[in-house]
Amino acid sequence: MDWINAIVQGVLLGGLYALFAAGLSLMFGVMRFVNIAHGDFIVMGAYGALVAVGLTGLHPLWTLILVVPGMAVLGYVGQRVLLNRTLGDDILPPLLVTFGFSVIIQNVLLEVFSADSQKLQAGWLETASILLGGGLSIGVMPLLIFVSALVLIGGLQAFFYRSSLGRVLRATSDDQDTVRLMGADNKIIFAYATAIASAVVGIAGVYLAMRTNFDPSVGPARLLFAFEAVIIGGLGNLWGTLAGGVILGVAQAIGAQIDPGFQILAGHVAFLAVLVVKPQGLFPKMTG
Amino acid sequence: MGETVLKTQGLKAFYGDFQALFGINFEINEGETVAIIGSNGAGKSTFLRAITGMLKTPGQDISFLGKSVGDARAHALVKMGMAMVPEGRKLFPSLTVEENLLIGAYGRSGSDWTLDSVYDLFPILSERRHHGGTDLSGGQQQMVAIGRALMSNPKLLLCDEISLGLAPIVIKDIYEAVPKIKAHGATIVVVEQDVNQAMAVADRVYCFQEGHVSLSGRPAELTRDQISAAYFGLDEEIA
Repeated sequence: MDWINAIVQGVLLGGLYALFAAGLSLMFGVMRFVNIAHGDFIVMGAYGALVAVGLTGLHPLWTLILVVPGMAVLGYVGQRVLLNRTLGDDILPPLLVTFGFSVIIQNVLLEVFSADSQKLQAGWLETASILLGGGLSIGVMPLLIFVSALVLIGGLQAFFYRSSLGRVLRATSDDQDTVRLMGADNKIIFAYATAIASAVVGIAGVYLAMRTNFDPSVGPARLLFAFEAVIIGGLGNLWGTLAGGVILGVAQAIGAQIDPGFQILAGHVAFLAVLVVKPQGLFPKMTG
Repeated sequence: MGETVLKTQGLKAFYGDFQALFGINFEINEGETVAIIGSNGAGKSTFLRAITGMLKTPGQDISFLGKSVGDARAHALVKMGMAMVPEGRKLFPSLTVEENLLIGAYGRSGSDWTLDSVYDLFPILSERRHHGGTDLSGGQQQMVAIGRALMSNPKLLLCDEISLGLAPIVIKDIYEAVPKIKAHGATIVVVEQDVNQAMAVADRVYCFQEGHVSLSGRPAELTRDQISAAYFGLDEEIA
């Protein structure tokens, strides 16, 4: 029963990893842009929620209303003002600029908030659980996060396949140059993509703040989990990213069940195993 | 003939340090079909890239519908009424046929062409509407590329090598659409390597050679010898 429990908890944890990864997957998908500061942006979202709770005294969940649009606007402006200038034939400038961002964000957060570990108190949500019988129970918060990931990815998928902007984003992902001949300004399209990805990062940040302790230095590890989830699932496939997050979460939970010290390592081993067996990821982007 | 749709004077274009166009004077009037012929590397595609804004031509003398557009960006030109069928079709592989057509309407400048009228023009596309854009045969893909360009309701339609790599019977099918497209009021530039095809469809012809206009005129007024000289640059070789 312990094993089943570990797997169930791992699946739910995978929802959080999928949230970490969705923004990264989106930006890479549309722009071929790898954001090294992705994890730090998530942590920034978490601190945004911390500040919002401090100012308003609201329940952490309500901070989504402030953090998500705030991050989206930040993403849009950042892409228009700065990141668009780094895009071109050379893939190095965006990597270097976002690496620089990563260092700057960590240090600014350290200056402002100190290195103390923080966590948002979510009250009853933290302890509430649903009994499934047979000694199995699942926490309401992990379940909420997992369901959020499902809804979010379903929503993004619908947006990409049913709306006109979503169609242009997919076309941009296929061919950034030709899309300009369709009357789309790809600089603005990129800014929309980053805004959407940043909104997702905001959601991930708020849930991170509610679910675990965080401090200014935890971003790079989130980036790593996000990367692993994206690569396991296959680049450019959002449902694949969810599957990747779940595989990573389950591997970590099983590792922890064997020995608590194995948790992180088991995730990395699962990632390497997938890379060896299917370098394209389990569900690579389908064309045609 | 109507008003001037597009005019370039002394147009130069560069790829880095390499100069590809050396002062092109070009003009097309409303309702005309003009063909640009020339061998590989003559600068035909570069010319189209320059006028569509895909290749930067800062401060140069290009006017489109009476406005100076040397500095305009590609997407803005589409909204003004310019559309291109790019060489090699460049369909979006992860989009279906219908989605490829719909994306052409993203920057549309009028409301003449619709999905239905494109399907009327190329009925086979209606049957294949839910197929992936690149699952189709070459000729059908070319139809999608033309339909996609039409969906923006262009006042000027630029077709880059639409017959390249297609069987003669398919080329015939595709060129049969040209009069129907003209009936919708578009002015058309076709870039062709196939001289006979170009002569058959065009009101006027420009021949490019090494980044210059080597010959221009009405098909009926040009002789075979003139064209081969302009096309291959035989004069220079003999001299």
